Amino acid sequence: MRIPCPHCGDRDVREFVYLGDAAPRRPDAHAPDALARFVDYVYLRDNPAGPHRELWYHGFGCQAWLVVTRDTRDHDILGATPARGVS
Amino acid sequence: MMRYSALSLALNALTGQRHWRPVWRDAAPREHYEVVIVGGGGHALATAYYLAKNHGITDVAILERSWIGSGNAGRNTTIIRSNYLLPGNEPFYEWSMKLWEGLEQDLNYNAMVSQRGVLNLYHSDAQRDVFARRGNAMRLHGADAELIDREAVRAYAPCLAFDDARFPIHGGLLQRRGGTARHDAVVWGFARAADRRGVDIVQNCEVTGIRVEGGRATGLETTRGTIRAGKIALAVAGSSSRVAAMAGLRLPIESHVLQAFVSEGIKPLVDHVITFGAGHFYVSQSDKGGLVFGGDIDGYNSYAQRGNLAIVEDVCECAMALMPVVGRVRVLRSWGGLMDMSMDGSPIIDRMAVAGLYLNAGWCYGGFKATPASGWCFAHLIARDEPHPHAAAYRLDRFATGHLIDERGMGAQPNLH
Repeated sequence: MRIPCPHCGDRDVREFVYLGDAAPRRPDAHAPDALARFVDYVYLRDNPAGPHRELWYHGFGCQAWLVVTRDTRDHDILGATPARGVS
Repeated sequence: MMRYSALSLALNALTGQRHWRPVWRDAAPREHYEVVIVGGGGHALATAYYLAKNHGITDVAILERSWIGSGNAGRNTTIIRSNYLLPGNEPFYEWSMKLWEGLEQDLNYNAMVSQRGVLNLYHSDAQRDVFARRGNAMRLHGADAELIDREAVRAYAPCLAFDDARFPIHGGLLQRRGGTARHDAVVWGFARAADRRGVDIVQNCEVTGIRVEGGRATGLETTRGTIRAGKIALAVAGSSSRVAAMAGLRLPIESHVLQAFVSEGIKPLVDHVITFGAGHFYVSQSDKGGLVFGGDIDGYNSYAQRGNLAIVEDVCECAMALMPVVGRVRVLRSWGGLMDMSMDGSPIIDRMAVAGLYLNAGWCYGGFKATPASGWCFAHLIARDEPHPHAAAYRLDRFATGHLIDERGMGAQPNLH
């Protein structure tokens, strides 16, 4: 598997570290239902079979965090963008 | 149904092996069952068997989208052991070990259970201390464990590299009752035994929807029609999130790919199951002579049932570090299976948020050894609506309450367990 790093070009997966689903957002700790939201944020995942937006760290390259869209059914990479500023 | 015995083998040998019959019915689904189990792997079949045997519930169907045993039950490295550390895990896995020890007599089926011993190697003084602690925890729960030194390891497994400069072998933690079982035979044995007690095994029947009425799961939409059920049990490791999503539920699980490997057949070299303590690598030798081995998961979400070359290289490097003697042995095959990686590395056997739905999931890459106890405890939960004492810690709400069972202390990062 090769990931098209927007800074470095196509690079082998060995240069990257995987974190997981890019969707979870840290909840507001002061919300009335903060506990339930944190359980959701820390533990629950959609885990789709298909396109998946996920966080990869290019540790052996530009050291940037990337949001990679990858099809979990066949590992086809559909896109990669810097994670900074992505919501 | 024919019972296997020395006499039946001899009679069939003398009559040209022409009188064997299929050992389970290829059932067509009925419109309603008391319990429907989604999934046709070892855990599902064991659940059906123990529902019938222990609880007298025989109005049960197994729904398998392909053929039984075609998922992880047919893709694992066949190791059985009960060498866990934590109180939530060890009694469960030791119960599984005890069930393995009596399984073939119970099922009247040769599952080729081979208690050849599982040896976990340690390579430093610090690692010895960690393994001693684990061995003591095992013994406190009634399992067997022996801490053996370098010379004892040498006598036990002379093929290893004892003088490796970077990772010298200092000794190992040995569970003599551990070993291997023939994975397909486990599936077939449970299927035959469940079928004999009246369970319908329905193959080529994919579940496409879960019918929920008034907050209760009442049936399944399948490629072979609607099937109503009093209780619906999910045992679909690898696809747990996809099936749970049909009822609008999300799980603390990511699906990952784990690769396994087998070499060409060679003469007896590895008599036991051996794990490398300085990397993630485990190896045994099949009765056909192939070395069966594996290592880490690839580490990213996947439903592809195949992995990448980085892990192939890593696993083969571990093999060479541990036993350079295999350097000229060729790898014959490699394949991938889908692991239900849970957020704390431990499984879930519990009711779900929708009434009438039961979940058996999150086995990470350790599900095969758990097969008998998983079925035993899941059947108990389904039949009685209360957890079996050995699986009481495998609650779905432990992620909210903080009662995690994290053997490796890695936190909520599934690819690190």
